[in-house]
Amino acid sequence: MTTAVDPVVAADPAAPVVARRRHGSAFVPPLLVGVVGLLLWEAVVTLGRVAPYVLPAPSAIGEQLWQSREVVWRTGLASGGNALIGLLVGAAVGLLAAMVAARFAYLGEVSIPVAAALNALPIIALAPILNNMFDSTSSVPRRLVVAIVVFFPVFVNALRGLREVDPIHRDLMASYAARGWTVTRLVRLPAALPFVFTGLRQASSLAVIAAVVAEYFGGLQNGLGSRITSAAANTAYPRAWAFVVGACVLGLVFYLAALLLERLVMPWRRV
Amino acid sequence: MTSVVLEGVSKVFNAGRADEVTALTGVDLTVARGEFVSLIGPSGCGKSTLLRLVGDLIQPTSGAITVAGKSARTARVDQEYGIAFQQAGLFDWRTVQRNVELPLELRGSPRQERHDRAREMLDLVGLAEFAGHYPAQLSGGMQQRVAIARALAVHPPLLLMDEPFGALDEMTRERLQDELLRICASTGTSTIFVTHSIPEAVYLSDRVVVMSARPGRITEVVPVDLGPRTEATRQSPGFFAGITKVRKALRGDPVPAAEPLVAP
Ligand SMILES: Nc1ncnc2c1ncn2[C@@H]1O[C@H](COP(=O)(O)OP(=O)(O)O)[C@@H](O)[C@H]1O
Ligand SMILES: [Mg+2]
Repeated sequence: MTTAVDPVVAADPAAPVVARRRHGSAFVPPLLVGVVGLLLWEAVVTLGRVAPYVLPAPSAIGEQLWQSREVVWRTGLASGGNALIGLLVGAAVGLLAAMVAARFAYLGEVSIPVAAALNALPIIALAPILNNMFDSTSSVPRRLVVAIVVFFPVFVNALRGLREVDPIHRDLMASYAARGWTVTRLVRLPAALPFVFTGLRQASSLAVIAAVVAEYFGGLQNGLGSRITSAAANTAYPRAWAFVVGACVLGLVFYLAALLLERLVMPWRRV
Repeated sequence: MTSVVLEGVSKVFNAGRADEVTALTGVDLTVARGEFVSLIGPSGCGKSTLLRLVGDLIQPTSGAITVAGKSARTARVDQEYGIAFQQAGLFDWRTVQRNVELPLELRGSPRQERHDRAREMLDLVGLAEFAGHYPAQLSGGMQQRVAIARALAVHPPLLLMDEPFGALDEMTRERLQDELLRICASTGTSTIFVTHSIPEAVYLSDRVVVMSARPGRITEVVPVDLGPRTEATRQSPGFFAGITKVRKALRGDPVPAAEPLVAP
């Protein structure tokens, strides 16, 4: 894999799998950092008398989180559902588009920079426009925003993987008189999987962000995003933060699910 | 009966550009059925190019190539040859067993036959117990042995091997040389074998084709007649005489037709 790498998508597909340790002990240092960070935060806010609208104490946020747990859970499920549907649709379309683009050398050549450029646009800005295109009880606009946001990293990464065939593999498949779809199925797709999962990992976090933030711009108000805006508008800052925490947890769940899927689908990368 | 015929073959890469390379010129070579022919020469003299031409992985700029009595292209489509390269080129996502099975799979062999044949070949290269491993779990030399097993698995009428033993230790190398000769003899396989090692070329071959670079061409064909190879062959005077002949040819010294044997 010595071809020039597009810096936009230059994340190393091998990184997370290789960096992984065999035991749960890998979780201890980050956990420790998190706990110490929370304690510091609490100390700074209470000792420094920081106003709650600037930064509420973690204890206040925790209290709100506990009180609103049912709402957080319900709205979290709504946002999570939107993110999941958008993610599945966007990833499927991105993967199919990459497979089509990979079949035609020229198409693949031109579509990577175009997709990378489009990916750099703030697609979330489309949310208000999409909201107005559907009626206010529809979940479609948010899912559409998620799908569009997800499409690009999946498409760009998958296309890169599909286009980079090891020259020896190409020669071998030629010597086996294998062509077209057989080569795609036996070589291109499996070789592209690490790239696809790099895209999916990026996409999984983006999906949650997009699903939550899209609600800031109106549309159906049943998710985490709408609760964050309404709590903030009512100056209930610890409550707003409680929903932000909910969104963070949701993002983490999506990311970990993508990691888990990656390990299940590519057992050979675990060895 | 001939297995491979090259007539007036030349290959120019990047023709008409500033980086034009004449990789091969005026190559005439015939490989008889069951014959073992080695290609030896300095790097860049076109050994790999010659092999890839025979395999129809690239096409000649001029000249004609016949494999098993057909055009090189038809022979490739009919899967008349097995090939192994200097790098193993295993498929990371397939276990060792399934890597060896792949060419059989693409020929439509039944599952049981595929499985048995792959086992047999892995036994041969001493890796039967690694059948369930993934390539990333093997050392470079072991991966190369898997690649050799994969090339042999289909029992092709023609074997094309590009420095396949380069990465192996001397012990394994000598054992695989003997195994390769045994398989080729028992199945009547014709072989074109690229190597950098003069002793290896002499030990394995019926004829050693000596090449030189810029432009790549055949400068000499050294026949080797050592009879059936045995333990004693590697110590025999004929073996050392062959080595000397090839070495001289590589240096460009003229070899008189009836050169007296040089004592070891
Ligand atoms: N695909 C290619 N494009 C351009 N030049 C090539 C290509 N393949 C080989 N060559 C050139 O052809 C010459 C012969 O190469 P090769 O057959 O690989 O030599 P050898 O295997 O004997 O070391 C070299 O000068 C090499 O740079
Ligand atoms: Mg070479």
